[in-house]
Amino acid sequence: MSQPLLEVENLSKHFDVHHLDQRVFAFSDVSFRLFPGQFLLLRGCNGVGKSTLLRTLYRSYVPKHGHIWFDAVEGRIDLASAADVDITALRRRDIGFVTQFLVARPRVAADELVAEPLRLAGWPQDRALDEARRWLGEFGVKRELWRAYPTTFSGGEQQKVNLARALVLPQRLLLLDEPTASLDAGARHALIRRLGALKAQGVAMIGVFHHPEDVVELIDVQLTLAVKEMADVAE
Amino acid sequence: MNLIESPPFKRDLDAPKLNCTEPVLTMRSVSHRFGDVRALNNVDVTVYPGEVLGIVGESGSGKSTLLRMMNLEDIPDQGDYRLAIPGATQNLFALDRFARRMLRARHIGIVYQNPHLGLLMRNSSSGNVAERLLISGERRFSALRSRAREAFDASEFPLERMDAPPIELSGGMQQRVQLAKALALEPALLLLDEPTTGLDVSVQAMVLDTLKRLQRDRPITMVLVSHDLGVIRTMADRVIVMRRGRVVEEGLADQIFQDPQHAYTQSLVHAKL
Repeated sequence: MSQPLLEVENLSKHFDVHHLDQRVFAFSDVSFRLFPGQFLLLRGCNGVGKSTLLRTLYRSYVPKHGHIWFDAVEGRIDLASAADVDITALRRRDIGFVTQFLVARPRVAADELVAEPLRLAGWPQDRALDEARRWLGEFGVKRELWRAYPTTFSGGEQQKVNLARALVLPQRLLLLDEPTASLDAGARHALIRRLGALKAQGVAMIGVFHHPEDVVELIDVQLTLAVKEMADVAE
Repeated sequence: MNLIESPPFKRDLDAPKLNCTEPVLTMRSVSHRFGDVRALNNVDVTVYPGEVLGIVGESGSGKSTLLRMMNLEDIPDQGDYRLAIPGATQNLFALDRFARRMLRARHIGIVYQNPHLGLLMRNSSSGNVAERLLISGERRFSALRSRAREAFDASEFPLERMDAPPIELSGGMQQRVQLAKALALEPALLLLDEPTTGLDVSVQAMVLDTLKRLQRDRPITMVLVSHDLGVIRTMADRVIVMRRGRVVEEGLADQIFQDPQHAYTQSLVHAKL
């Protein structure tokens, strides 16, 4: 098998809440490997740290101990201690984070919001907008909403725009934080189709899903996080 | 265990491995006193090409003082300042007043909270922009006019109003004139000092949208000072948090807002409505 895209070693996370003078443990000593094209499902009961683990891998949360080795084009890099500027570069190019919530900006139309990652990757405006509209259509956003501002959309429509934006540009690793929650059946199927196509292209994924049966055909590996800072891996 | 005293998690903030490009801005060990008040205390800042660095902190934390140092308006008691611009290899704080002024005019753009600080309010808006272009040695009227139009276009200012004096414009439009002036010479560094403070919400959204488009369409390097955490969160790639003249925390914008490490940053983020 090829080299792992991601190798997590003894990763631990806790939060120091200063005003309470308390340390809150999230997870400790999590280790696993992920290869290109693999889909890892994170399992465990509510509050066990699944989303926290995803955010720690993305570096929205600061890791406390351990390593997150990522096989970047330029060489292996430890995301746990990498410089912020490197993390920014990897997020633009290699590592995507898909949540159920859209960060809409006032007075920015849906198609422009979706086209933004393409523009940042150097696509010309017209091509980026065409591609963005294609994906908005794919996720079932009505054509008349493409030029409207998503700040005024319903939660479900915002989520579709969010998915189109998050998946418009293929990346090498996708972190999926309950992306199917509250989606209608059409959008859910479109998302699963897109994830399947990306997986076939070699995109590795780590996901948290309320209903894992939605993605059962994609799953290669499962990692179950348990309370008391325990974790075990099953192929 | 006293968490407040617990050491921060060490990261190689100054040791990028993938991004091999040189920083646009490097400041090291910058300290300054106003009388007995220590305004800046051993501050280090690095800004990379195309990124937006946000600076947050309470009033008096030193963020605007630091921005004035970046704009070479003030010189600190000590410190080293480098910009990646042609011919500037030395500590910029060591330059004489005239050289600093020339360098500022050619390579650094700034948008102030108060447009009166950046514009001649009774001159035409196009004249304000042309004034900056004249510094580059451009003297031909048609070229001045066409480059001014480009700058107004980039700042999404209505071209039919480019000859109106700023005093006749709304607050949002005045900020766009400042932005056009700042962009006219394609600066290496764009400094934004509370650019949306005092504007009503819809105008603020328009100005932020203009800045965001600018950031997307041309890889311009920006430093943004704001006490409005929403503005910083919308705009910045990275954030430094200042308190009493020191940088108490530095990180990716989403990390600062989702997982602040320092007690002061936590109190700041938790105080956001």
